[in-house]
Amino acid sequence: MPNILDIRRRIRSVVNTRQITQAMKTVSAAKLRRAQESALAARPYSQMLTNILKSLVSRADIYDPFTGLPRHPLLAERPEKNILLIVVTGDKGLAGAFNTNILKMVSRFIESNPDRNIDVECIGRKGRDFMRRRYPIAPKRASSADGATGASPVQPENEVAPPRAGRVQIVGEYVGVLSKVEHNFAATLSEGVIARYTRCEIDAVYILFNEFKSVIAQRLVAERLLPIKEIGEVDVSMAEEASEEERKKRIEAAKSAGVGLRPADTAAVDEAAARFATLPIDYIYEQRPERLFAGILPKYIGIQIFHALLESVAAEHAARMTAMDAATSNASDMIDSLTLIMNRARQAKITKEIIEIVSGAAAQ
Amino acid sequence: MANTFQLEIVTPSRLLVKDVAEEAQIPGLSGYLGILPGHAPLITELAVGVITYKANGATHTLSVAWGFAEVLQDKVTILAETAERPQEIDIERAQKAKERAEQRLKSNDLKVDYTRAEDALQRAETRLNVAKEK
Repeated sequence: MPNILDIRRRIRSVVNTRQITQAMKTVSAAKLRRAQESALAARPYSQMLTNILKSLVSRADIYDPFTGLPRHPLLAERPEKNILLIVVTGDKGLAGAFNTNILKMVSRFIESNPDRNIDVECIGRKGRDFMRRRYPIAPKRASSADGATGASPVQPENEVAPPRAGRVQIVGEYVGVLSKVEHNFAATLSEGVIARYTRCEIDAVYILFNEFKSVIAQRLVAERLLPIKEIGEVDVSMAEEASEEERKKRIEAAKSAGVGLRPADTAAVDEAAARFATLPIDYIYEQRPERLFAGILPKYIGIQIFHALLESVAAEHAARMTAMDAATSNASDMIDSLTLIMNRARQAKITKEIIEIVSGAAAQ
Repeated sequence: MANTFQLEIVTPSRLLVKDVAEEAQIPGLSGYLGILPGHAPLITELAVGVITYKANGATHTLSVAWGFAEVLQDKVTILAETAERPQEIDIERAQKAKERAEQRLKSNDLKVDYTRAEDALQRAETRLNVAKEK
């Protein structure tokens, strides 16, 4: 016979837990909304940048007329021997399978490229911890030691890269940048990546993150950032959709938290952006189109990373919201069943007492 | 012809300015450009510098570092990688960045990337100048 007092204590503790999960859910919902807004606010810039690049492709001679090879180093394709993988996870846990799913996909990505050297940049604490347990950290370059004092991340060209620590090695880790995603960070990161790519240290750059179009339209993707195949087109090399069950949970959580399910309406913004610098009129180009093209292309990479970060942050909040919604309803279920057990126990106790009284009276 | 034009300044994180302006000055890569309504269509890269524009008789100033502008007869769109209003500028940070860049330019270290340091210095100085305008 369970002790009524113990059950009551347990119920009280579960009620407290439910209160916490409920609060976390509300907070995540608010943060999700904010993340969605900032992703939306970032849209005009990236759309405009993409569109002007597209229009410049037709005006600038980006391909060499004799060899047919692209002139810009970021368009050059090489056999992929050394690749760089940027992994975007969250800084915090308690977000259901959000981080686990990403890291599982990272493992699969690494396994599916067994004969290539892979450098990994980790954004987010969870990803860093996971990679550190598994793979060595790349040896530091001689000159990057004084990076803090302001030497540029762009190394002199004559320097020889140190030997690799392993086939898979960690070259960079960034923790705490996700609480407030800044374009500045993405731009700096992309500068470093581009410098390495132009020096032929790496032959391709992939970014693995949780894509977020809306609460229901999410998937894990590994996108190829470099070389750029076609501007404005996403080059997805690996993708994983969420399961039907997961989607249902998300919809439920979003509904109860009052978060919109549909992707934000971007038609008007996109249309305005489409007109930027692409009108079929005779522009005066202050610089040669080739030069403009070469100037914008690196920024395009930065913007793509920036977007991946924004989407990943939104996805993380959505995942946490879903997880906390599930936790809250689990807690409610548990309270119900515990209350039932408690009532039964109490009833049993009363019955027992009555029997005792009755049988005591009968015995006299 | 109308005597105003639409001015939009877009940064990676948001649409910073959407206004009707009478006049604007933007720092093109090959020198400052003064823009009045009815300007011929033009596309230019922007350098580090100051954007000033007049809207409703009031003059506004912004600092900008790398960007890109499209000028049409009745509309100017500026894509700026960073653009800040005077009140948004972190003076202390700019001051520190300036000192750091100056120090680096003075040192004889071969590892120092001079173009980068110079860019940084210019950015910091522009910011400080704009910050004074508020």
